[in-house]
Amino acid sequence: MTGELGQLALCLALALSLVQAFSGFAGASRSSLKLMAMGRGAALGSFVFIALAFFTLMFAYVTSDFSVMAVAENSHTAKPLIYKITGVWGNHEGSMVLWLLILGIYSAAIAMTQPTDSRENEELGSRALGVQALIAIAFLVFVLLTSDPFERFYPPPFEGNGLNPLLQDPGLAFHPPLLYLGYVGLSAAFSFAAAALLDKRNDAAWVRLARPFALAAWTALTLGIAAGSWWAYYTLGWGGFWFWDPVENASLMPWLVATALIHSMMATERTGAFKSWTLLLAIAAFSFSLIGTFLVRSGVLNSVHAFANDPRRGLFILMILFVAIASPLTLFAWRAPKLSPGAPFDLVSRETGILVNNLLLTASAATILIGVLYPLVLDAVEGIKISVGPPYFTATVIPMLALLAVAMPFGPVFLWRRANFRAALYSLRFAFAAAVAALLALLAVVRPVSLLGFLAVCLGVWLIGGSVTDIARRAGTLRRVWLLPAGAWTSALAHAGLGVVAFGVVGASIWRSEAIQVLAPHQTMNVAGYTLRLDSTERVQGPNYFADRAAITVMANGRTITVVHPEKRSYPVEQTGTTQSAIRTTGISDLYVVLGDPREGGGWVVHAFVNPLAPFIWLGGVIMALAGFIALSARIAAKVRATRSAAGVVSEPVS
Amino acid sequence: MAFAITLLLAGGGAAALAVYALQDNVLFFYSPSDIAAHPEKVPEGRAFRIGGLVEQGSVKRDRGLEVHFVVTDGKNAVPVQYSGVLPDLFREGQGVVALGTRSNSGVFNASEVLAKHDERYMPPEVVDALKRSGHWQEGQTRPGSS
Repeated sequence: MTGELGQLALCLALALSLVQAFSGFAGASRSSLKLMAMGRGAALGSFVFIALAFFTLMFAYVTSDFSVMAVAENSHTAKPLIYKITGVWGNHEGSMVLWLLILGIYSAAIAMTQPTDSRENEELGSRALGVQALIAIAFLVFVLLTSDPFERFYPPPFEGNGLNPLLQDPGLAFHPPLLYLGYVGLSAAFSFAAAALLDKRNDAAWVRLARPFALAAWTALTLGIAAGSWWAYYTLGWGGFWFWDPVENASLMPWLVATALIHSMMATERTGAFKSWTLLLAIAAFSFSLIGTFLVRSGVLNSVHAFANDPRRGLFILMILFVAIASPLTLFAWRAPKLSPGAPFDLVSRETGILVNNLLLTASAATILIGVLYPLVLDAVEGIKISVGPPYFTATVIPMLALLAVAMPFGPVFLWRRANFRAALYSLRFAFAAAVAALLALLAVVRPVSLLGFLAVCLGVWLIGGSVTDIARRAGTLRRVWLLPAGAWTSALAHAGLGVVAFGVVGASIWRSEAIQVLAPHQTMNVAGYTLRLDSTERVQGPNYFADRAAITVMANGRTITVVHPEKRSYPVEQTGTTQSAIRTTGISDLYVVLGDPREGGGWVVHAFVNPLAPFIWLGGVIMALAGFIALSARIAAKVRATRSAAGVVSEPVS
Repeated sequence: MAFAITLLLAGGGAAALAVYALQDNVLFFYSPSDIAAHPEKVPEGRAFRIGGLVEQGSVKRDRGLEVHFVVTDGKNAVPVQYSGVLPDLFREGQGVVALGTRSNSGVFNASEVLAKHDERYMPPEVVDALKRSGHWQEGQTRPGSS
């Protein structure tokens, strides 16, 4: 029964989306308040039905209803409850329902925050809801036709196939939902941009409405990528944190473009610069999300993430992709000549800083796209199978991001429209001195000399120094730092966060040590100052797996520090295994121990890494996301204050 | 106008960088039959990827780190040597992709071994290699379905 209920809910959501699309567009073009209100109502209703479908599916998983095919193929009664819940989106069908749910959340948020202060803004919001509805229709039809999550299976099996053990991890609870909140959130910026192109007015009012959604999407995407990288780090047992896997790239491209977007939106909203460019970026950011969805869901890529490749699905998403990219671009080409030109600015100004940011970020995204698509094109055209490895991406993206890091501290200290370069340089003197001091210290102390690594640390110090300068400049005196409004911290935090990430990336890639050896019990091996002794291995039983678990004593300078327990798990239902690496962190450095396969004579392969500064990668990611969160909440707080004062509500004076 | 020119310059620069980097960093994929048919296409010392099935009974682990196994596409086979931790899903009779170089003795020295990611998933290159050698059985293992 539940399956049919879910399917019915999806069909009703589709019907309401059709209503939403019609009343959104028609209401705006006829300036009909009634129709526009109907569009908002339909958006909320559509969201409710998608949520109903989502929870129906979750119910089928939790109760192990194997008459539903997706549940039979991806679940098992012996699976812990948490993985029955998160397993909902651990497969193609369910993950598309999650995609729809998040799209519904954003549409509902647009509907509920739609401004009714002016007729123009209401029409803009109404058209944006219309565009959101078109996206929802495309994906609802896609789900219903090619990836029905509620498809029945007769006769139902007694037991399900189980979930891929790699996915039986708490990471599955956070990584995909956060990533989708980011991916799909960019649809809101896209919809407002498309609405603005349909609008007769040629101003940048849409940016004010779309910016909170872009910020929310960027924040979620940042956290989602950080969570994915952390998950890959501890679960794959490869000791690395980023592999330039095609699907990782598919999430990095929208992030880069979204980062460009939130910066250029800032300029457009503040001074009116980059009007058409911001429109293009909003379209591009969501297009990259869709390209990511296509690459992941079509199975054209061989990746850790590949779980579904049905060519029909790929073709369908390719069609959505084509329409979603081509139609707003056509609209843009038609409208752009009519757009009022962007506000002028001097060569030395914050706008120029943002221009540099935008060029480098979009160029990085473009080179990644080339690296991702080149193998596909070559295979399609000449039938030659190649892959583009990590060296390509590091050779192209890292120099561009390094250049960006050099420029970043200038942005916040430049004034809008016209800045004084020498004054800016002067205000950054301490940051510059700190970077040079860091370089000298490294040259004096750290061996072996790695110019690349030293420069990267320098850039990290330069970024953090730039952020300190920014805060100091805003506050004036030290005592007033704590009185700064929350919004003043955002760029400083975000830029410093990237500096912190730079430390982590350099430490865990350039200064990483590793050792691999076969150890019989009581034998030892050395890695970067640690001595590891294999004490024993034992067979242990988990809820739905058994594992070989090693006890390895970690010693340094002759003293025992700790005992770590890396595991190698086997899942009998799924007939596969996973590696549980043991990570012991000091907060600034990770010791990472992996238990490999057994060898003749009772020995085990033990692979150990020391990743200096690795925790900074995720710390930096969290700091950047925190900056996005603060920017978003400061904006919402300001809006609430504005609505209150407009409504004549005077807050109680604080004594 | 200046904006458009900067944009073009940046785009051109990025494209040039991308093309330059692509030349050095492309990894070709060859099946055992490709190597048997055109050994001259597979230069010694240059890294490439190889894929197929791990031949039944071919995996030999000794006391040390070294592992030996044979990658086959049903028609031809290539001996592979690897030292390190094999992936969790590495198993005889299952699909595998290895990255490495070929020595003059014909042994493939793998620096990286990737196995399929779950029991129902097969790397697309391997599927293609098996299809070309005529050893692909439709329906037995669906490529990448789940």
